[in-house]
Amino acid sequence: MLSILVLIPFAGALITAVMPARPKLWAFGFALATLLVGIVTMFTAPDTDLAWMKPLGVHWALELDGFGKLMVLLTVVLVPLVMVAAVKDHDKRWYAWALALEAFGLLTFLAADLFVFYIAFEATLIPAYFMIGQHGGPKRAKAALKFLMFQLGGGLVLLGALIGFFVVSSEAGTPSYLISDLAQLDIGTTAQRWIFVAMFIAFAVKAPLFPVHTWLADTTEQATPATSVLLVCILDKIGTFGMIRLCLGLVPEASAWATPVVVVLALISIVYGAVLAIGQDDLLRLIGLTSLSHFGLITLGIFAATREGLVGSILYMVNHGVATAAMFLIAGFLISRKGTASISSMRGLEKATPVLAGTFLVAGLATAGLPGLSQFVSEIMVLISAFDYHWLIGVIAVTAIVLAAIYVLWAYQRIFTGPAESSPRPVKDLDRREVGVLVPLLVALLFFGFVPGPLISAASPVVEPLVNVIQAGE
Amino acid sequence: MFESPGISYATLWPVLLVLGVACAGVVVEAFAPRAARFNAQVSLASAGLVAALAGTVAVGAGSGLGSSTGEGALVIDGPGVFSQGLVLLVSLGGVALFAERRLDNGVSVFAGQAAALPGTPAERTASQRGLEHTEVYPLMMFAVGGMMLFCISGDLLMLFVALEVLSLPLYLLTGLARRRRLLSQEAALKYFLLGAFSSGIFLYGLALVYGFAGTMSLAEIGAAAENDGSSPLLLLGIGLMAVGLLFKTGAVPFHSWTPDVYQGAPTPVTAWMSAATKIAAFAAMLRLFYVAFGSEGDIWRPAIGVVAVLTMLLGASFAIVQTDVKRMLGYSAVAHTGFLLTGLLGAVRDDAFGSTQAVLFYLTAYGFATLGAFAIVSLLRGPNGEVGSLDRWAGLGRTNPWVAGAFAVFLLSMAGLPLTAGFIGKWGVFAAALSAGQWPVVGVAIVSSIIAIFFYVRMIMLMFFNDPSDDAATVVAPSYATTAVIAVSAFATVLLGVIPGPVLNLLMDAGGFIG
Repeated sequence: MLSILVLIPFAGALITAVMPARPKLWAFGFALATLLVGIVTMFTAPDTDLAWMKPLGVHWALELDGFGKLMVLLTVVLVPLVMVAAVKDHDKRWYAWALALEAFGLLTFLAADLFVFYIAFEATLIPAYFMIGQHGGPKRAKAALKFLMFQLGGGLVLLGALIGFFVVSSEAGTPSYLISDLAQLDIGTTAQRWIFVAMFIAFAVKAPLFPVHTWLADTTEQATPATSVLLVCILDKIGTFGMIRLCLGLVPEASAWATPVVVVLALISIVYGAVLAIGQDDLLRLIGLTSLSHFGLITLGIFAATREGLVGSILYMVNHGVATAAMFLIAGFLISRKGTASISSMRGLEKATPVLAGTFLVAGLATAGLPGLSQFVSEIMVLISAFDYHWLIGVIAVTAIVLAAIYVLWAYQRIFTGPAESSPRPVKDLDRREVGVLVPLLVALLFFGFVPGPLISAASPVVEPLVNVIQAGE
Repeated sequence: MFESPGISYATLWPVLLVLGVACAGVVVEAFAPRAARFNAQVSLASAGLVAALAGTVAVGAGSGLGSSTGEGALVIDGPGVFSQGLVLLVSLGGVALFAERRLDNGVSVFAGQAAALPGTPAERTASQRGLEHTEVYPLMMFAVGGMMLFCISGDLLMLFVALEVLSLPLYLLTGLARRRRLLSQEAALKYFLLGAFSSGIFLYGLALVYGFAGTMSLAEIGAAAENDGSSPLLLLGIGLMAVGLLFKTGAVPFHSWTPDVYQGAPTPVTAWMSAATKIAAFAAMLRLFYVAFGSEGDIWRPAIGVVAVLTMLLGASFAIVQTDVKRMLGYSAVAHTGFLLTGLLGAVRDDAFGSTQAVLFYLTAYGFATLGAFAIVSLLRGPNGEVGSLDRWAGLGRTNPWVAGAFAVFLLSMAGLPLTAGFIGKWGVFAAALSAGQWPVVGVAIVSSIIAIFFYVRMIMLMFFNDPSDDAATVVAPSYATTAVIAVSAFATVLLGVIPGPVLNLLMDAGGFIG
């Protein structure tokens, strides 16, 4: 069943690539099929474990825990929505790549074998690279190259950790890459620290975290908004996913050892990303930089390593995915109307496009953590754990909320309020297709804002053993 | 009293067959009418290679595995037979590329008459008469025979003889390009001169090692070295022999011929040579270092480590600044030599995944990728023959998505991305080296991989994200043989990346080198 979940979008990618007639419809059909199978797996999905590359100790092993379920759900929901939202901007190549990206993305969330995780982790880059390079702004080729160089650099460092695990594992007996087997290994302190550093660099590039975030702004500026949704809302989550599952899960002692450094980097990301976002004129770049700030908070929650912090981070990953996807898509709709992403060339659009303005405000306030919208709960949990860790850290992290309010509201003010410009071509409000894309996202934002229970109960059992291990280590 | 050595024809006949085919090719060249030669040579060569391949598989599966013959001069062991099979497989692709006649208006890429000087009336006459150089097939067969011997040489003398048998035809083949003949001949001269020097150095080292051990047999040298490892005669010998082999594989600082020869040689020759020579040279190098000098690992590992580090860094950095595809792939081949040397440094294991297995798998992955990549290079043409200049490859993804796609697969494999054979290969050599505690070298290997990715990806970017330029190269439709080579290489590259299990198992079952 879990293999099917990966194979459907993969087959869809191949079929879309060669289908001469209505490829986009085919792609959308496959995305819907993935959504259906994804929902079914929420309820029933036996683990898969087959021998794959035996001499290397690699298993084709897939499993789905609560954390994985949330990420899978986020992925399978976002992909079809994005496909509908972006139908005018892309040709069939993009659709085929999007399905391939979905397949590999799902595989990372399902992998119970580190080698499989790594293969999927790296394989996502190929579709992402082509999606950035083939559609988007004038400097997209350069942005795609920068994206790929950063990501592959991180990936190769992760390969070092992967080989390190193989060496330790084969010294202990038969080599195995099953994450459950690796967790039992007795790794020496030095080796553990090296492995941690290698893994953390890779995930920090992916997540992204200061100072390896510089690809993010360029990529989101040059790529189409739909590509950015897939990159920032799904792909980048693999970074924080890996931090929880692999850094905390496999080398907890080294994680505790590195926490002070990580916390400082996370704080810099939080404040720096928000401050940069405030000063941006390019709307897509602005949204990309807000994500830098948000990923800082997620990382902070992970490494504060309390129960609240971890659950909050997991929730944050889901909520950020939904809210930022909405932001990118709304920005995309706006840009397709104005023909530019420059905020200074837009003003007073509130009158002409009340629905667009309204959805922008709701999604924007969600990213700023307004109570009643989904991100609030996760943000509070992360901040509580930050205060638990050290009061000063908490104080600095809280500034993120103030700064977020500034960049959201100021952007809103610049774009939508003020006197309407006397444009020869009136700007139309959202049409039915666009509203249809946004409604599920906004509903999710509101629903999980008031009823975060299901998310918390999905994430808690995953967090429990991690917290136990870490507290036992301290 | 002199007794003639016993020779096990049951295990050696594939090699003898290939050498026999080479001799038969010479006879055909001498007696067959000119019109019939091309077909006769191509079918003779390919039939010989197919039969030899089948024979190698049979030997590998038969009871002869693990024996030595010819008084220990030839060793039939798993890694040796595996690399022989690999050489044959790549050479089969090589013959298909050699026989390509559709790309250049019905003539092959080889000079019509090698003796006719470039730019002379004699050359013009040769090309007007549509002469073809069909000697290339017997030459190639001699080289293949030499490579097969090189893979299974169990003593020093055989090693040297095989080295010369494989090298001399390569020097000639390099100089036979139909177009840009001066470039080709210059490359051949450079290759020959440097190759002759390196052979001399190799021979000198060989003599010193013989002087130390008093025997030619690798196994007996290994035993002698274990007793007295610090003899200066031995150490100097190891060093000089290493230089000879490092030259063949194109390792820094003995790499300077590589880009020139890769660029100057006719592209089918480059394609085949870059894959096959590397396989044979590394097979021999593994055997020499593990069997004869295995006990001296503490001494040669650091030295080879330094060479590996320099080779990876220089190869990758110089590849970035190249503007010609063949030169870029040439420097990339240098970088790959560095990765292979990293694998050589690792721990040797007969029963688990170790250096031997890692290096041989890497050679498999690299062999297919480089054969396919150069085959594609031969397809892109302008008015004056092949187009190597990078900027004229721009936009290929738009105009010829299949060709560009296949090339991208080869580049991604060379870059070591998952789901391609190159990734498993890279993982393997790094893992082998790290198991032996060679983490500084592995660290450099990771850094140079990142550098190398840059130029592979830039090439992909050029093909897929740029618009075609006005003087863009056109893709000439090749014959079925070339198409098959490209398709099979691309298929193998992806298959070995997704399901490497069977080949890995084969390597695990093959066991280690024996003396």
